[in-house]
Amino acid sequence: MKRYGIGQSVPRFEDSRLLRGRGRFQDDRNLPGQSYGVVLRSPHAHARIVSIDTAAARAAPGVLAVYTGEDYAADGLGMPKATLPRKRPDGSPMFAPQRPALVVDRVRYVGDPVAFVVADSLAEAKDAAELIAIDYEPRSAVTDTAAAASSGAAPVWDECPDNISNIVEKGNKSATEAAFARAVRTIKRRYVITRVHAQYMETRGALGVYDEGDERYTLYTDCQYPHRVRNMLCSTVFRIPESKMRVVSGDIGGAFGSKGWQYVEHRLVLWAARKLQRPVKWTCERSEAVLADEHGRDSVGEIELGLDGDNKFVGLRLHLIGNIGAYVGSDRNLLVPSMMIGTAVGVYDIPSAYALVTGVLSNTSPTAPYRGAGRPEAIYLIERLIDDTARELNVDPLELRRRNMIPANAMPYQNALGCYYDCGDFLANMDMALAAADYAGFPARREQSRARGMLRGISVANAIEQAASPAQSEFAEIRFDTSGSVQLLMGTKNQGQGHETTFKQILHERLGLDPGDVHFTDGDTDQVAFGMGTNGSRSTVVGGSAIYLAAEKIIEKGRRIAGHMLESAATDIEFAHGRFLVAGTDRAVSLKQVAAAAFVPARLPLGFDGGLYESATYAPSKDTYPNGCHVCEVEVDPETGDVAVVNYVIVDDVGTVINPLTLKGQIVGGIAQGLGQILMERVVYDDTGQLVTASFMDYAMPRADVFSHITVKSNPVPTKLNPLGAKGAGEAGCVGSLPSIMNAVMNALEPVGVRQLDMPATSDRVWKAIRSVAKENGK
Amino acid sequence: MYQFQYHRPKNLAEALDLLAQDGDAKLLAGGQTLLPTLRQRLAAPSALVDLAGISELTGISTKGELLSIGAMTRYIEIIESPLVQATLPSLARAVALVGDPLVRNRGTIGGSLANNDPTADLTAAALAMHATFVTDRRSISADEFFVDLFETALEQGEILVRIEFPLPDRAAYVKFRNPASRYALVGVFVAEVHGDIRVAVTGAKAKVFREHAFEAALQTEFSAKAVKGLDVGTTGLIDDLHASAEYRANLISVLTRRAISAAMIGSHRGA
Ligand SMILES: Cc1cc2nc3c(=O)[nH]c(=O)nc-3n(C[C@H](O)[C@H](O)[C@H](O)COP(=O)(O)OP(=O)(O)OC[C@H]3O[C@@H](n4cnc5c(N)ncnc54)[C@H](O)[C@@H]3O)c2cc1C
Repeated sequence: MKRYGIGQSVPRFEDSRLLRGRGRFQDDRNLPGQSYGVVLRSPHAHARIVSIDTAAARAAPGVLAVYTGEDYAADGLGMPKATLPRKRPDGSPMFAPQRPALVVDRVRYVGDPVAFVVADSLAEAKDAAELIAIDYEPRSAVTDTAAAASSGAAPVWDECPDNISNIVEKGNKSATEAAFARAVRTIKRRYVITRVHAQYMETRGALGVYDEGDERYTLYTDCQYPHRVRNMLCSTVFRIPESKMRVVSGDIGGAFGSKGWQYVEHRLVLWAARKLQRPVKWTCERSEAVLADEHGRDSVGEIELGLDGDNKFVGLRLHLIGNIGAYVGSDRNLLVPSMMIGTAVGVYDIPSAYALVTGVLSNTSPTAPYRGAGRPEAIYLIERLIDDTARELNVDPLELRRRNMIPANAMPYQNALGCYYDCGDFLANMDMALAAADYAGFPARREQSRARGMLRGISVANAIEQAASPAQSEFAEIRFDTSGSVQLLMGTKNQGQGHETTFKQILHERLGLDPGDVHFTDGDTDQVAFGMGTNGSRSTVVGGSAIYLAAEKIIEKGRRIAGHMLESAATDIEFAHGRFLVAGTDRAVSLKQVAAAAFVPARLPLGFDGGLYESATYAPSKDTYPNGCHVCEVEVDPETGDVAVVNYVIVDDVGTVINPLTLKGQIVGGIAQGLGQILMERVVYDDTGQLVTASFMDYAMPRADVFSHITVKSNPVPTKLNPLGAKGAGEAGCVGSLPSIMNAVMNALEPVGVRQLDMPATSDRVWKAIRSVAKENGK
Repeated sequence: MYQFQYHRPKNLAEALDLLAQDGDAKLLAGGQTLLPTLRQRLAAPSALVDLAGISELTGISTKGELLSIGAMTRYIEIIESPLVQATLPSLARAVALVGDPLVRNRGTIGGSLANNDPTADLTAAALAMHATFVTDRRSISADEFFVDLFETALEQGEILVRIEFPLPDRAAYVKFRNPASRYALVGVFVAEVHGDIRVAVTGAKAKVFREHAFEAALQTEFSAKAVKGLDVGTTGLIDDLHASAEYRANLISVLTRRAISAAMIGSHRGA
């Protein structure tokens, strides 16, 4: 029993299939008679479309159709709309421009879809796309976050001359002002958080089918929430009941938040499939991905800390400008960074705080959740500011943290920006991490590095994040068949996290089922009744709890069947280790036997509702707060500015650990994405709004050889908010890694006098920072 | 990709014939540069003339003080060649820094040099060691071969057959990788061939070049100290997303010093 239960490092059941090439990813799916779609995208950051001539393209060999924005509008198709109640600074409603599937008269970023070409083959579709003649009249563009918000910036939308879409406020402004008035010291900094792309291994795709007989659509696509994609397409685009559409997602090679629900290609393939009466397939190419996908992060934060005479934090103020991009295609584009900024006070007791987030439009691809979605930004800002504060006040950064940390006995803790930390032991996390990283031995290591001409730095960053939102419920169904084996159907959608394994473990823990008897299903709206999908570190917490509750129902019903089989009262039946037992006897039946009996009326009480399939739809009552401590050690080559991470330790508290092995995978992957962003990754638009990092020749991705060993330890404090005690683990590694790596770099550069540097800490930027300080000092 | 014809000639004469007949045909070696270019629709040759079946273009051999490497020799063959390891280990090491295993299994030395990418590695090796480029019709010295960005002295329809490296007394290559592409952000190859010291720099300008000021200083004293403090200036240096011209200038100095030290540790023949 223990082998597969909760807490066991069970190797992933799905790996054998995936590693042998037996996965079924989006592009593996092909249908008889399918045609191929290609999206023609804007080469301009901002331009008026004077004319589009598609005649030559339509006449090209193999071409079935060439669609433009006018065709889309003429067919009366709708578009999703943002629903979050937001306002502009003057109190008027937010400006949230919807996005059509294809633009009509104006392109607003490089990559904005202009036409959709469908042909018998991909090569023919590409050839034809080159024949579309478009007359553009370029206009001035703005892509930089701070510039977009400044006065005089070129408006992205004429209807919104100042580019400000909306603002969000959190905390208590007047109380915070008062706290700052009393503060003995205040420290203010400005930090830039760069724009990145998720760079999943599998680029996006969509295959649309229309069944004329059933008058029903099927969309095969790699998305994080098939049911929400169906809901959006049915309610806002096609305006049909959801029963008229099926959405199917197979294996997904990474998503990280970026495989959201409003992508226009979903609409285009379905619309074209209906018009052409043929399946239409679109596959994003690698060189198209940075143009076609939503991006992550991209904000500029001004953050200020107030301290009293004892270096206790008394107040925190934050103004963050977040770059929304050119459209608010759905609520997704309003989430970053404002929704998750409530943890900007970190794990520290700061009595008053106020955060203002200004969402600005720009001539860039829209931003949307990407691993952490505002949480890494929040922790980056506070943890960097604490290190800078310690430097400025000449106090020990650890001591400053200890002094201000929320102690375990203060739990639950309501933070000043509205987050309710239900449990956690932050000091214990930090002490464990310091010991594991041999923090005490750092001065000696720094000295050794110095002797080799190298600069060594260390950092401690405490992370906390809001996870598993109560705004979304999740669904699980346990379906027994007559042989006693089981189909487990989930509303979450695995994207590589190892759901099949963790969910089978939870099922095993509750029902004692052999994982080999369980078939795992997710990602099909025809099979799974409901789901909100996978995002925000929620699947194990919310989906896993739903399994737990559905299993309870199985036990309850099974108890009654077993009672009948064993000729005892149901109340005398106990369930343990997969068996129903008459209490105090050795008379028992297995769950498998009960399941088989459940389908045979003769073996059931008269009039009993047979079968054995139970589901649960679970909604948490509150957010959970995974947390942890990261210690990072780096070495910087002062001659080249090259940064090498030499050691990394994390102690995480994700609540109950279902599977330490898959947890470690999640943590390490998250750290890898944080390292990528801090040291090299970056989406860059040039001054004219051209995207200059569209390929891996220019978009730097971290590779295995840039990592050090990563020690992952756990200090679980299970939450009482859900039956599993889980808090969520998908984003934990990423949230703390941004500040820990950057702070370690800053610590390394301290002896040479560098005080200011923004991510990414590429070698040339680090070298430049070192050199400008040296120049200032006349060296 | 656009449509194209595909030819696989069996010998050099046949290949030259095909090129002579079709001015828009292109030679295909390992395809590691050419195929991505075609896939991105950045080139539309009428035909590809695949050099893989031509034995005249393969083979590694020594002739006195010369190491000769056929144009179609794959990177992996150079790295694993006992002859190269024994006579010119610095070249084997430089080749091992090219790309990733997939690229090294298919890419060729001839393809790389004929392509003359400003950030390629082996251009620096060839220039520093004063290699000779032997084609179907003539010999070209390394100083003449690299003309400009992606442009060499090869004429339309001319095929690079082999490259001949004089064996250096000492040599070393130090590469600082572009974090994205992992081509050279800057790479410096230092070689001393028959008392002649040459410093070739790749990644920093439109084409590989020699840092004459360093060469002169090293001629007086072969040590890292000899070039310390010499300012290379930023004229003509690439200034882009990945590195400023100033930073590249700094790397040229730092990497040259490191290459000198590496060459000094390695005995004669090359490190
Ligand atoms: C992922 C990746 C990473 C890479 N990293 C590096 C790196 O770190 N450093 C580096 O230096 N390079 C790198 N490269 C480039 C690689 O070295 C290529 O192999 C090389 O540039 C071209 O060699 P090839 O044999 O593949 O030539 P091809 O791509 O087949 O041909 C290149 C060009 O040379 C011409 N040509 C080929 N052979 C001859 C000949 N005998 N005579 C005349 N013309 C000829 C072709 O017509 C073509 O124009 C990388 C490539 C990739 C895909």
